[in-house]
Amino acid sequence: MANVPADLRYTKDHEWAKPEGERYRVGITAYAQEQLGDVVFVELPKVGAKVTAKQSFGVVESVKAVSDLFAPLSGEIVEVNGELPGAPQVVNQDPYGQGWMIAIAPSKADEWKELLTAAQYEQFLTEGH
Amino acid sequence: MNTSLKRTPLHAAHVKAGARMVEFGGWDMPVQYTGIIEEHRRVRRAVGLFDVSHMGEFEVEGPAALAALQTLTTNDVAALEIGQVQYSLLPYPHGGLVDDLTVYRLAADRFMVTVNASNTDKDWEWVTQRASGARWRNVSSETGLIAVQGPRAEELVAGLADVDVRAIAYYHFARGKVAGVATLISRTGYTGEDGFELYVPWNDTERLWNALLDAGRRADVGPIGLGARDTLRLEMRYALYGNDIDETTNPIEAALGWVVKPAKGDFVGKDAIERVRTDGPKRKLVGIEMADRSVARHGYPVLREGRRVGIVTSGTYGPSVEKSIAMAYVETPLAAVGTEVEVEIRGQGRPARVVKTPFHPSRVKK
Repeated sequence: MANVPADLRYTKDHEWAKPEGERYRVGITAYAQEQLGDVVFVELPKVGAKVTAKQSFGVVESVKAVSDLFAPLSGEIVEVNGELPGAPQVVNQDPYGQGWMIAIAPSKADEWKELLTAAQYEQFLTEGH
Repeated sequence: MNTSLKRTPLHAAHVKAGARMVEFGGWDMPVQYTGIIEEHRRVRRAVGLFDVSHMGEFEVEGPAALAALQTLTTNDVAALEIGQVQYSLLPYPHGGLVDDLTVYRLAADRFMVTVNASNTDKDWEWVTQRASGARWRNVSSETGLIAVQGPRAEELVAGLADVDVRAIAYYHFARGKVAGVATLISRTGYTGEDGFELYVPWNDTERLWNALLDAGRRADVGPIGLGARDTLRLEMRYALYGNDIDETTNPIEAALGWVVKPAKGDFVGKDAIERVRTDGPKRKLVGIEMADRSVARHGYPVLREGRRVGIVTSGTYGPSVEKSIAMAYVETPLAAVGTEVEVEIRGQGRPARVVKTPFHPSRVKK
């Protein structure tokens, strides 16, 4: 079973979100990076861009496939991981740490509660998604 | 697991080794074991084993065999010596391709051809309907095939073989025992590295596979999936049927004119192919390199100043060249090395450039 840290919340599209004061850090899960295989390119929005929950905010490319990234929360991008263009492999190596993708200042605080807890996400994975 | 898919004799070994299995041409095949980039680098650095038992093999023999192959294929089979292998094409009358293949001369009037897995049934029907005078035998389901590729492939195979495999020249073969298994040892491959393709009886394939893995530990051997097979061949700009060549592509535009030999006499598709050679192709298959690391994939449009000028046929991140690379058909005036183009990726033109190929230097034993 893939690593699912207890203090994060998750989407059914395999993104995670982590509260950090007034903002949320966002990335893809260990399960997602494992399914994708070697990540070779990550396309992210610019700081200041607006994102909407469940809508695509970027793209991750592995050797074999291209996948959309979906925003867990609506809001404004306040930071993007500038290391990823030069070292996309950190998404595989450390998906919950150095492989983070964006930070969002949320515009709809309630959306957090709609995200899956770690237990719910693990259950979702067990059901074979 | 999809149980309607065909399985190679190594299927259980792949599953046991933890490979990720995918459907490929009707077969349940390993796409990767540990990771495509790691497997790719192992082949460039040391040696890797590929299960390519899904490939199709036909034998053709008798007094009519040579003439049949001369009529059906583009290369000159009469120039092939016993013990030699030839890359060739199976064209339609209009010049498009049924398949690409390798032809082995087993004896004066006996040959083996190896065809793409996904085309085996189509090819079998094609060749037997058109050259029924020769005796054809479809040996695909009794023939296992292991590719051993990499700079340490020779050392690995030599250590297990009862014949001198070092003496086998590129695109030649010999028969011998490898780890006690009766093998057709062919110095060929699809990676740009030195190596062998080992044709063995279906039921002995797993024994040979395990012997190669055991004996290769010191050489840093490992199994390689179809994912790395694709990145390795792409860095060499080897065409893949279904991606870069198909029934709509002429050999001349695909830069495969070197295996079309009009001087040998008449053959299927000759007029159509030679007309394109004489008139000059309208488009050419070229290598392109992306300016960033976004990946150009099969079917993406190639643009020049906003105008559509071509189409990507294969693309990937090249782990050895450390760049995003692709093959694409572009209008002939834009095929020159250095030409600036764009590839449309998710609605946006991204800068790319026509480059010299192979993308990575070949190290086959010439």
